[in-house]
Amino acid sequence: MSNNNYIALIPLLPFASFVLLGLFGKKYFNKLSGIIGTTSLLASCVLSLYAAYTYFFVFGKVNAVYQKFEVLKFSWLQFSTTTSIDMGLLLDPISMMMVVVVTFVSLMVHIFSLGYMKGEERFATYYAFLSLFTFSMLGLVLSTNIFQIYIFWELVGVSSYLLIGFYFTKASAIAASKKAFVVTRFADLGFLIGILILGFHAETLDFNTLISTLTNPQSAQFLSITSASFFGITALTWALVLVFIGGAGKSAMFPLHIWLPDAMEGPTPVSALIHAATMVVAGVFLVARLFPVFALDVTALDAVTYTGLISAVIAAIIACTQTDIKRVLAYSTMSQIGFMMFALGISKIGGEEGLGYMASMFHLFTHAFFKSLLFLGAGAVIHLVHSNEMKDMGGLRKLMPITHITFLIACLAISGIPPFAGFFSKEEILLAASNSNKLVFYVALITSALTAFYMFRLYFSIFWNKESQAHSEHGEGTLTMKIPLIILGICTLAVGFVPFSELVTNNGIGFHSHIDYLFSITPVTLSLISIFVASVLYKKQNLEPEIISKSLGKFYTSAQKKFFVDEVYLFITHKFIYTLIAKPTAWFDKNIVDGLMNLMAETTAKISELIKGVQSGKVQNYALYFFAGIAALAILFIYILK
Amino acid sequence: MNEILILMKSEWVLLLIIIIFLFIKVGSTEWKNENLLYLANILLLINFILGFVLNTDGIIFDEMFKTNSLICLEKNILNLGTLLISLQSYHWLKNHKHVAEFYMLLLSTLLGMFFMISSNNLLMFYLGLELSTIPLAALANFDLHKRQSSEAAFKLIISSALSSGLLLFGISLLYGTSGTLNLSEISQHLNGSNLQLFAFILLLAGFAFKISAVPFHLWTADVYEGSPVAVTSYLSVISKGAVLFVFVSVLYTVFKSLGIAWQNMLILLSVLTMIIGNLFAIRQNNIKRLLAYSSIAQVGFILAGISGCSQLGTTSVIYFILIYVFSNLGAFGVVSIISSTTGKETISDYKGLYKSNPFLSWTITIALFSLAGIPPTAGFFGKFFLIMSAAQNGNYLFISIAALNMVISLYYYLILVKAIFMDKNEQAIEKIHVPILPKIAMLICTAGIIIVGLYGEIYEYIFKLSFGY
Repeated sequence: MSNNNYIALIPLLPFASFVLLGLFGKKYFNKLSGIIGTTSLLASCVLSLYAAYTYFFVFGKVNAVYQKFEVLKFSWLQFSTTTSIDMGLLLDPISMMMVVVVTFVSLMVHIFSLGYMKGEERFATYYAFLSLFTFSMLGLVLSTNIFQIYIFWELVGVSSYLLIGFYFTKASAIAASKKAFVVTRFADLGFLIGILILGFHAETLDFNTLISTLTNPQSAQFLSITSASFFGITALTWALVLVFIGGAGKSAMFPLHIWLPDAMEGPTPVSALIHAATMVVAGVFLVARLFPVFALDVTALDAVTYTGLISAVIAAIIACTQTDIKRVLAYSTMSQIGFMMFALGISKIGGEEGLGYMASMFHLFTHAFFKSLLFLGAGAVIHLVHSNEMKDMGGLRKLMPITHITFLIACLAISGIPPFAGFFSKEEILLAASNSNKLVFYVALITSALTAFYMFRLYFSIFWNKESQAHSEHGEGTLTMKIPLIILGICTLAVGFVPFSELVTNNGIGFHSHIDYLFSITPVTLSLISIFVASVLYKKQNLEPEIISKSLGKFYTSAQKKFFVDEVYLFITHKFIYTLIAKPTAWFDKNIVDGLMNLMAETTAKISELIKGVQSGKVQNYALYFFAGIAALAILFIYILK
Repeated sequence: MNEILILMKSEWVLLLIIIIFLFIKVGSTEWKNENLLYLANILLLINFILGFVLNTDGIIFDEMFKTNSLICLEKNILNLGTLLISLQSYHWLKNHKHVAEFYMLLLSTLLGMFFMISSNNLLMFYLGLELSTIPLAALANFDLHKRQSSEAAFKLIISSALSSGLLLFGISLLYGTSGTLNLSEISQHLNGSNLQLFAFILLLAGFAFKISAVPFHLWTADVYEGSPVAVTSYLSVISKGAVLFVFVSVLYTVFKSLGIAWQNMLILLSVLTMIIGNLFAIRQNNIKRLLAYSSIAQVGFILAGISGCSQLGTTSVIYFILIYVFSNLGAFGVVSIISSTTGKETISDYKGLYKSNPFLSWTITIALFSLAGIPPTAGFFGKFFLIMSAAQNGNYLFISIAALNMVISLYYYLILVKAIFMDKNEQAIEKIHVPILPKIAMLICTAGIIIVGLYGEIYEYIFKLSFGY
């Protein structure tokens, strides 16, 4: 391995741009800040492509196995001889893949925002936040230990909070940012406790050491974590489930998904970056990072599988009923992440047995491209019609040809139609499911058909349906908005052909996967049927959809109301937490705690007043106290305490 | 001969600089103040850099003088602090008539401290201590036209004389009972008799006076308030730091066998110092007095760390003093520049400072946060390790008192921050032009506050050099 220290620049360049823009941007170069942010990210993206290339094809493979390298590692806080908090960069297949995804999508978003956010008063602040987010996300994926990942995890949360609430004059944006922060923070509590349990038993926080000690069934650490139990469940299961709760919060898994749709209040390019390609997959990444440990425990893996599966189905159903185009995309994201999660859950360690793991990472990879493309396309549409609602759209295909074509490509990709990227990764997931768990397979098959339906419902409603009412003021948008769409469109066509299974597997040994065309017939046919149905219902304006939705009755309304999950949360918090916990606590705080504090403060002030006489300003008095001090010490320690 | 040159190189360099200033003073050419100050700062910078080369261990002059890498590190910290103070006092000294004398006196005291730190013999130690004290009294009087300044000098010299007398008494008793003045031999002759304990208490009182631990602290506030700010910061950071370095090594190596007795004394002094320092600080309206009392309270925390009696104790104390150099000098630097340009020194004068002087406001705020021990500033890590060291004895009542005192101290630090950022003021301090040298010093302090805490290697480096108990 040659000198890889330059990899540190990949996260540090966005950080530098954050510092520069955050401190001076608004004052000195508001207009230029977009260019500055984009340039630094371009450099970072080029570096990461180079790093990934050299890792995968030059030095990463030793004896046909991809190794894990730690670069620039130094110990930050040394607690004892064995436990320390380190900082460093971990290079392995998934971190390299994530670095490419994050920098690339972020670059596209940076470029797109040049046009989309033009004329915004807080333009520099926006780019500063984008840079901060990119830095945090890169730090997260490159972390060498759990504590480091936790720090960046929280930083990602903060920058996401700042970006969702970017339009802070809008009440709904503030509420949404708060909701996202509180819900994910709540989940992070689980994450923190999980980390502490893992760290306590494994006696290390370092990923590599942790995985190697815990996967060795003879090690003292393994015995300690499997023998300790709480409520009849082993410490290992507790730790993994708690860590997974943290991941589920960030990745918007049921029932912690409620923040994601509201987060659409942020600027649309932000949604493309954070809520499609990067932050929301952090949970998947976390499970993948600790996968060898997860694989030790069936219960934890089952939790991952079924949470993912339920989220995938529920989100797909809700997506069919929403009318706000960004919300449709948000639920679709949640559903796709559900796919990635359960694919991890059904995987095992190894090459062919680890197909689920590989498929999950592959889907994460391809999804990043087509989902950010969908969001950016939606952004372009919103930019034109100034509304998020489907009813204000329709017939836009002539007004915005490039957006139309690229959006279509992305819809085909997410529906799993060959040869678009989504097809390859989704096939692998379905194949892995059918090999290991038939129930999961059938549910996944139905969900995938639903995906095609709601995506084409979206597509036809935007670009076909009625005749266009919007009159174009500024055309399709600036060149900087079109270029990312085109690039991402090309990527969506191309990335499916990456020989992913040879690069990213959970034991570092690549294998040769092939598409089983006989197997693919069913899902592709189902998707095509769904698309056909969607085209019948939505291509032309007609009454059919309304009739169908009426005939579905209660089920339709409850899906449209997102199955009342938000209401359940509200009910629990209002009825139980407020009256039973919050109110008594508030009373206790107001009367007992504050009273005690005031008493202490008053006493302190009194004593302080009393002793001021000692400080008289006379040196002879000082000498007296000096002698008195010596005498007191002598009497106390020679005669009384000895 | 060569050995004497190399082992004492820090002292030689200082002596050389002092002689240079002497020649400048008696020479016939008139130096412009600016040039002299630039020369002084360059010489101090060279002195600081030379501190990092040719560091060898050794012991010379009939075991009177010793040096090793830890001692060199301590000297480097003091050199750094002196350089920062010199940079900061540029503005004050620019119009002063006696710049050369200022540096001669200042560096003489520093030389005294170096001898004190390197001493391996009680007489040598006493010599160093006196050399580091007497010129300080002259320095305290350096605002020649101010009555308060002379009063400060007078109080300092009288109180010092008293404490030195008692210290000497203690040393003679110790000599009488052990038959030696050599620090590495005394420990073998300690038997814990009452006389020896009394001698130890006298010695302790001498140290406690220098670091202004309660009840031997009363001179502090008057002297700090009356002296020029540069001297006040020198007193509160450098001379205190030097004595603390010696204090730890004497306690841990020489008086090891009396351990339990002095451990309890330290805990008692520490509690008193923290509480009284904080209670007085709360009442202050003058910022210099506030910083004086807060520095007393800080010493209380350092004593808590020393009471831990372990390698962690030594490390945490040295680490904290390094941080304290940056934090306290950051705060004093701002106070110094404001006091010397506008003469304003009270908290109410600082209201609305942020509007007119954002740079100064941020510098002092970061320094105050560090003094209060708020993460992620270095002060937090410093206090964290001190308390961790104190916690090793398992005396949780003591730890709780220390923690409570951290909260109290937060109150008066934040009052100042609130005044700077939130309070409105009709007659706010006008925009102050900060000359380049003080600005550099402030930037170094701010950078130090941020880096020393986050860069863990520094702590580990000190830990490796430190001696155990």
